[in-house]
Parts: sequence; structure tokens; C-alpha cells
Amino acid sequence: MKKGGRKISALVVDDDRVIRVVEEKLLVRFGLETKVAKNGKEALDLFVAGNTFDFVVMDMEMPVMDGPEATRALRARGVDCMIVGVTSRGDGPEKAEFEAAGLNCCWEKPLNAQIVGTILDKLAKKLS
Amino acid sequence: MQRQLANMKQSLFDQGYLDEQFIQLEELQDDANPNFVEEVVTLYYRDSARLIQSIEQALEKSPLDFSKLECLMHQFKGSSSSIGAKRVKSECTQFKEYCRVGNSDGCKRTFQQLKKEYATLKKKVEVYFQFARQIGPVEKACRSK
Repeated sequence: MKKGGRKISALVVDDDRVIRVVEEKLLVRFGLETKVAKNGKEALDLFVAGNTFDFVVMDMEMPVMDGPEATRALRARGVDCMIVGVTSRGDGPEKAEFEAAGLNCCWEKPLNAQIVGTILDKLAKKLS
Repeated sequence: MQRQLANMKQSLFDQGYLDEQFIQLEELQDDANPNFVEEVVTLYYRDSARLIQSIEQALEKSPLDFSKLECLMHQFKGSSSSIGAKRVKSECTQFKEYCRVGNSDGCKRTFQQLKKEYATLKKKVEVYFQFARQIGPVEKACRSK
């Protein structure tokens, strides 16, 4: 998927290496240029260093800086790209807090091709 | 032989060892990454060994720190679900439930069961991958004819 000639870019943020590997491969398969970060702080650092992404896949629970905190920090910096939360903590107060931090949407783990398709559709609408 | 492999895989699904997520992983396999699934599963077993150890150590404490156990198990469950380890995932859920209600015996029992499922799955997928690799080159040779 391309946006006017350049590839769509994504950032995967998850403290679990297996999940990072799987999510990255999934996004690359969709033709996305993908980077990874192992916690919210690393993700934030990437943005501070001047990187931009079309969307971020943000895990909820991570050490150092978790998903909600990283999301709040990114939004406070004026980052307005899509931030997609992923969690295995069904519906509940934690998910609500995560969404309130500034997510565009939140999905249950594990990420799969159907979910990525839906995210890309949303992104296309957002960009059009 | 391809049929045998398919049957092996079907049986893993029928017996509930694997779920749809495993198929998602297979769909990510391509010529550039022909052994992607095996690599991911190997990575899972390598990384999760540390989690298992941490949980084991935490279960030896008295009294149990259910909050810590729940947190460790939550991580383990996330990882397990990303490779489609259905039975392992189900034991994780059970364990977390016992943590929630503070049932020490329940946690310990479930953990033993979890380790069994974890080990069984490992053996079964190892056989599956070994077989797949044996017939892999044959498949390629047939296709290029």
C-alpha cells in the first residue's frame, strides 16, 4: 500500500519479542515499512529523534513506559498519526483508560491480517 | 507425503493444540522466509523459558504474590496466543482466574498442567516442522518441473 509514491510506515511497540516479530512480518507483508520498539519510552524516543509514522501499533502493558502513558505523551507532543492499541485485557477499566489516552481504536491480541486490513481502511479514510 | 503433513496439521487443530493464529503465521511464510513459522515458534520457546522460570520461582514464595503471578502469566499468555498455542493459552486463562481469587493450590495445579501442555506442543510441532522440512525440497523440485 502506497501513499502518493511512498510506502505507508508503521511502528510496532511491544515488550514481547515474539509478538514484535509476528506483528512486524504481518505489516511488512501488507507492504508497509515497519520499525519496532520494545516499550513506550523507546517509541517516544523514535518520535523525539524526528521519525514519523502513519500509524503505531501500541501494546498496553509494557515495562519502563506502558501504552497509555506513551500514548498520552505522544498526543501531548502533537503527534496526530493513528495510534492503534492492542491488548489482551478484554473490555474493562484498563482498556477504557487506554482509549482515553488518545487511541484511534483498540484491538484484542493477537493482531491478524483481518485487523490490519481494517486498520488500513481506517487509515485510507483518515488520509483522504 | 504432502497429505501426511496436512493430516498432521489437521490433527493438531482437531485436538485443540493450535488455533487460527498458527494459520496466520503460515500465511506469512514466503520464499524469502520459508521457515518463518518454525523460527517464530523456536523464538517463543526460547523466550518463554525465562517466563516459565520466573513463574516457577514466584510459586515457591510463601505467601504467593498473586498480582505478580498474574502479571507474569499475562505476558506468557500474550506470547502464547501470538503463535496459536490454544491449549497453553487456555491454561494461562485458568491460572489467571485462580490468581484473581487468590487460590494458591489452583495456581500450582494449573501451572503443572500448563507445563505439560507447553512441553507436549513443543514435541508435536517439532515433529511437524521436521517432516515439513523433509518434504519441502521435494515439493520445490516437483513444482519447478
